[in-house]
Amino acid sequence: MALPLESSISFANVGRIRWWQRGIFASQTGYVLLALLVLLVVMHFASPYFFTEGNMQNVAKNFSFIAIATLGVTFVIITGGIDLSVGSMMCFSAMITSMVMSSLSTPGMPGAALFVHLAADGKTVVANVPGLILLVSVLAGLATALIAGLVNGFCIAVLGLSPFVTTLGMLSIMRGLGYVVSNGRGSFPGGPDADYFYALTSGDLFGVPAPFIYLVILAVVMAVVLHHTTFGRHVFALGGNEKAAELTGIPVVRVKIEVYVICALAAGLQGVIVSGWLGSAPANMATSYELTIIAAAVIGGANLAGGVGGPLGAIVGCVLLEVIRNGLVLAQVSSYWQQTLVGVIIILAVLVDRVRSRMI
Amino acid sequence: MATAEENRQPVLQLTGIGKEFGAIRALHDVAVQVFPGEVVGLMGDNGAGKSTLVKIIAGNFRPTHGEIRFDGNTVHFHRPIDARAVGIEVVYQDLALADNLTAAANVFLGRELKRKFGPFAFLDHRAMAARALELFGELRSETRPHDLVKQMSGGQRQAVAIARTRLSNAKLVMMDEPTAAISVRQVEQVLSLIQRLKEQGVAVMLISHRMPDVFAVCDRVVVMRRGEKRADKLIGDTSPEEVTALITGAKEAA
Repeated sequence: MALPLESSISFANVGRIRWWQRGIFASQTGYVLLALLVLLVVMHFASPYFFTEGNMQNVAKNFSFIAIATLGVTFVIITGGIDLSVGSMMCFSAMITSMVMSSLSTPGMPGAALFVHLAADGKTVVANVPGLILLVSVLAGLATALIAGLVNGFCIAVLGLSPFVTTLGMLSIMRGLGYVVSNGRGSFPGGPDADYFYALTSGDLFGVPAPFIYLVILAVVMAVVLHHTTFGRHVFALGGNEKAAELTGIPVVRVKIEVYVICALAAGLQGVIVSGWLGSAPANMATSYELTIIAAAVIGGANLAGGVGGPLGAIVGCVLLEVIRNGLVLAQVSSYWQQTLVGVIIILAVLVDRVRSRMI
Repeated sequence: MATAEENRQPVLQLTGIGKEFGAIRALHDVAVQVFPGEVVGLMGDNGAGKSTLVKIIAGNFRPTHGEIRFDGNTVHFHRPIDARAVGIEVVYQDLALADNLTAAANVFLGRELKRKFGPFAFLDHRAMAARALELFGELRSETRPHDLVKQMSGGQRQAVAIARTRLSNAKLVMMDEPTAAISVRQVEQVLSLIQRLKEQGVAVMLISHRMPDVFAVCDRVVVMRRGEKRADKLIGDTSPEEVTALITGAKEAA
C-alpha cells in the first residue's frame, strides 16, 4: 500500500468553518437571544408601560431571583448531571439564615451574648459589632447548602448513584427539614442587622437592583472560570466524554463533587436574597422553582446531555421567561396561560436547535 | 523497511508473562521485545489474549507471572498512570476524545498549560494552540487546533489522539484497532501517522485485525493464539497467508 508522504501540510480539502457556523452564532443561546430581542421590540409596541423605568427594574429584579441559581445548575448540566434540589435548597438556606439571625439577636439565646447586648433602656437590642450577625447568619445559610451539595456530590461521584434520583431525594430531604426546623411556619429575619439584610438583598444601587448586580458579577466570574481555567475545561470535558476525561487523568470525582457544591451554594445564596425581598423565609418558599430554573437553563442553550452551556445562556433563558411573564401580565392575559407558554417555549427552543444542527 | 538492529536495547521487554483469572489461563509464558522506532503488529483472533497483554503493558492488569522491563529497568505498574509516567501511551479504539472541545483542548486534556496571574492560574490558550499546531505539523495532519473535534473526520481524530501521545514524549505507543471503523482514505492517513511516529524513534504496537494494514506499516508481527505467542516474525519473512493460518490454528507455530 502506498503511503502518502507529502512534505507540507495543506488545508486545501478541509473546509474552514464560517463565522456564522461557529461560536455564539451557531448556538442555541444565540438564536434564543435573537428571539428575546424580537420579543422586546414586540413588547415595546404592545404595551407603553413595558419600557418604563419601573417595569424594567421589576423585570431585572424578578429574573435575578432565579438567575443566580440558574448559573449554578448550569455548571451541573454542563457535566451532564442534573440538580433537582435547588428549590428546596433555596428555602432551607434562607430559613437557616433568618433563624440564626433572629436567635443571635435575642439576648438570652445561646451564643447571643457574643453578638448583642441590651441598651441602657433595657429593651432595645444593640449589636456589639454592626453587620457581624448578618455575616455569621449568611455564612450559616451557605454552610448548610455546602453540606447538602457535598452530600449530593458524594452520592453521585463516589457512590455512583444517578444524579436525578440523588437530587430528587435531596429535594424532599431539604424541604422536609425546612418544615421540621420551623415547625411548618417558616422564619423571619430580625434583630439589629435586619436593616442591612434588607438593604443588601432587596435594595438598589443608583436604581440598579442589588440582586442584578450580584448576578452580573457572578456571571462574569463564571465565564472566566469556565473558559479560562483548568477546572472549567474539565467541566466541559466531563460533559463531552466522561470516559475520555477519566482516561486522560482528569480528577473526575473531585470535579463532579465541586460542581454540585457550586450549584448548592448558588441556590443557597439565591434563597437568602429572595427571602430578603419577601421579608421572610416561609416553609413553602421556592416550591417547584427547580423546574423553572432548569427550564431557564435549557431554554438558554444548556444541553441536558452535557458538554454545552454557559452563563450568558442561563441569563438569556431567565430573562426570556420573565419577559414573557411580565408581558402576559401587561397584556392582561390570564396568568394560567403563563405555564403553558413556558412549556411550549422549552420544546420549541430544543426543537429549533435540533432542526438547525441537522441543516448544517 | 528498516528492521531493528540487534545490538540496540529494546524499549519494552516482556519475559515469561502469564495471567490467570481464577482458573482461566488468559496468558501463558509470553515473551515480546519491542525496539525504538519499530512497529510491531499484534494479531490474533478474539480471545487470543491480545487485549489482556495490552492491558498488562498499559498498567490496567498486573501479570500473575513474569517480568516487564521498560528502557532496561524492571517496572511494576499498579495503575495506568504508572505506565504513562514511564512513557507508555495507549490510543484507544474509541479515541477518548471530548467531542465538544477543540483539537488543542483535547491534546492538552488533563495536562493543560497555565499562566500564573497573581494567585490565579489561567489557561494559556495561545501556547497550547501553537504547540498543538506544531504536533499536527510533525504528523503532517490537516488538523486545525481551534476546530471542534465533533466536526472532524476519523483520520483527524486519530491525529488528535496521536498528538496527545507525542505531547508526553511517549516511547511506546499502543494503538488498539485504529483502523477498524474508518474509510479507506482515512486508513491511509492513520498508517502515515504511524510512519511519522516511527520516524521519530517511537516504538509502536499496532493491535489490528486488518491484515493489509499490518503488512503496510509493521516491521514485525507477533501472533497470539489461546494465550500463547505462536509466532514472532519479520514482515519480510512471512506472508498474509501464513499469518492467517497461525491466527486460525491451521498452522500451530512458526
